[in-house]
Amino acid sequence: MSFDKFGKIGYISEAKVADFVKHLEEGKIMATRCRRCGQLYFPPRADCPRDLSTDMTWEKLSGRCKLITYTTAHFAPTGFQEDLPYTLALARCEEGVNVYAGLNKNLNESEVHIGMDLKLAPLQLPNGRITYEFRKA
Amino acid sequence: MKVAVVGVGQTPFSRNCGMSIRELCFEAFKDSLEDLKLSPNEIEASIVCSAPEYDQQRSPAGLIAEYLGLNPQPTFLAESICSSSSTGVKVAYAFIKSGLHNMVAVIGFQKMSEISSAETQERMGRGADIQWESPFGTMMPAGYAMFARAHMQKYGTTEEQLAKVKVKSGKYSLLNPRAMYRRAVTLEECLNARVIASPLKMFDCCANADGASCIILANEEKAKKITDSPVWIVGIGAASDTQSTTGRTNLAGLNCAVEAGKQAYKMAHIQPKDVDVAEVHDCFSIAEIMAYENLGFCKPGEGGKLIEESQTYIGGKIPVNIDGGLLSKGHPIGATGGSQLRTVVLQLQGRAGKTQVNGAEVGLVHNIGGVGLYGNVTILRR
Repeated sequence: MSFDKFGKIGYISEAKVADFVKHLEEGKIMATRCRRCGQLYFPPRADCPRDLSTDMTWEKLSGRCKLITYTTAHFAPTGFQEDLPYTLALARCEEGVNVYAGLNKNLNESEVHIGMDLKLAPLQLPNGRITYEFRKA
Repeated sequence: MKVAVVGVGQTPFSRNCGMSIRELCFEAFKDSLEDLKLSPNEIEASIVCSAPEYDQQRSPAGLIAEYLGLNPQPTFLAESICSSSSTGVKVAYAFIKSGLHNMVAVIGFQKMSEISSAETQERMGRGADIQWESPFGTMMPAGYAMFARAHMQKYGTTEEQLAKVKVKSGKYSLLNPRAMYRRAVTLEECLNARVIASPLKMFDCCANADGASCIILANEEKAKKITDSPVWIVGIGAASDTQSTTGRTNLAGLNCAVEAGKQAYKMAHIQPKDVDVAEVHDCFSIAEIMAYENLGFCKPGEGGKLIEESQTYIGGKIPVNIDGGLLSKGHPIGATGGSQLRTVVLQLQGRAGKTQVNGAEVGLVHNIGGVGLYGNVTILRR
């Protein structure tokens, strides 16, 4: 399954969880849940290491989360320089999983504080690529 | 049978060193054998340590072993990014302890100027989880910056306290002729430097470098024959954490360092307060502050206060990175752990010159790969 549309720069061509991208294009950010032990995974996993099960089901995240930590990058790896400066963040979803993503460009760093409510949402990129980002709740 | 470090060597760390990787390694190897009653053919195996994404040479272990005259003895590459050479030391320890080999050389190197800065930039982005985090444009400073931000929020650590780590580093860099940056810096310079990834600024970050290190380990019988001042490895701990940031349970400390430290203290039968001198992995200023806490030199959250009170200077509670640390020496990935080990061994042998900690008996090396991905803690005793 093709995974290569994900992210501004993608490094992965195929993945068993490539349906994540299809769901994202439909506006849904999906986690996976192990049907055997019930563990919820984000980023989605195709395989559960707790019971070595591959019997997983997709589950939509509400997108409601709280900021754990962040940084505004002033240097970037190849392919991201034109976006500088940009803010990277880690947040905790109400479902209990963590998400790593960029923060919406319109959010000023001075407005950002740890513990603030955020909304996780899909973000369409040029050239048919797609990702997700945090927005102000 | 005890295991000793009998020889330590290091090249100066620099940029555009004018040497190829084999020549860099030779210089460190030669340095490590100085004053030893030893012929290189007594070395029964070599472990070569480097982060191969910086190497043009495929499978460099073979090339290095040939150039050092270590054929036909076995050789291979050990890699855990920035902690590669302390991983190599752990493997060498196990070889000797098991009786498989009596003497092993651990050679760490990196020639980071071998690839262009564009190539470096490209590789930087792939240090994170490439499926779920690299596509957002992350890199090493951003990773540690997120820990710094969380640490500041949780414990009230300040940018001034971070800067004070570099001020200490700069002071001691003047006494280390093998450091890349030998310059004292003021608190103001640090605080006014350009931002790399907030809250980390230029002087909060170490720099890429070229360099090599070499550590020779031997069993007790051999060690006593070839040197009058063996330094014993009495504790080794190693651990890993998730590659992904999302998988971390602690954003204000490195779980892998806590775990590796616990193992090493237990094996050495000592407490943190028994350590006389330490080298910790200060790839970023926040990393040194977290290391103080994770290793038990102070309570969680008091790392900022420890540097504020100058307790990690010589004469303080626990001198840390008094060779200038990575912040001043530079960070040639595969060579770094060996360089840290060398500093501690010279201290325990009483050969540290102007930075000698009087009566140092127990030393500790904390070497981390990635953003708290791999953790190695090694405890040594004279």
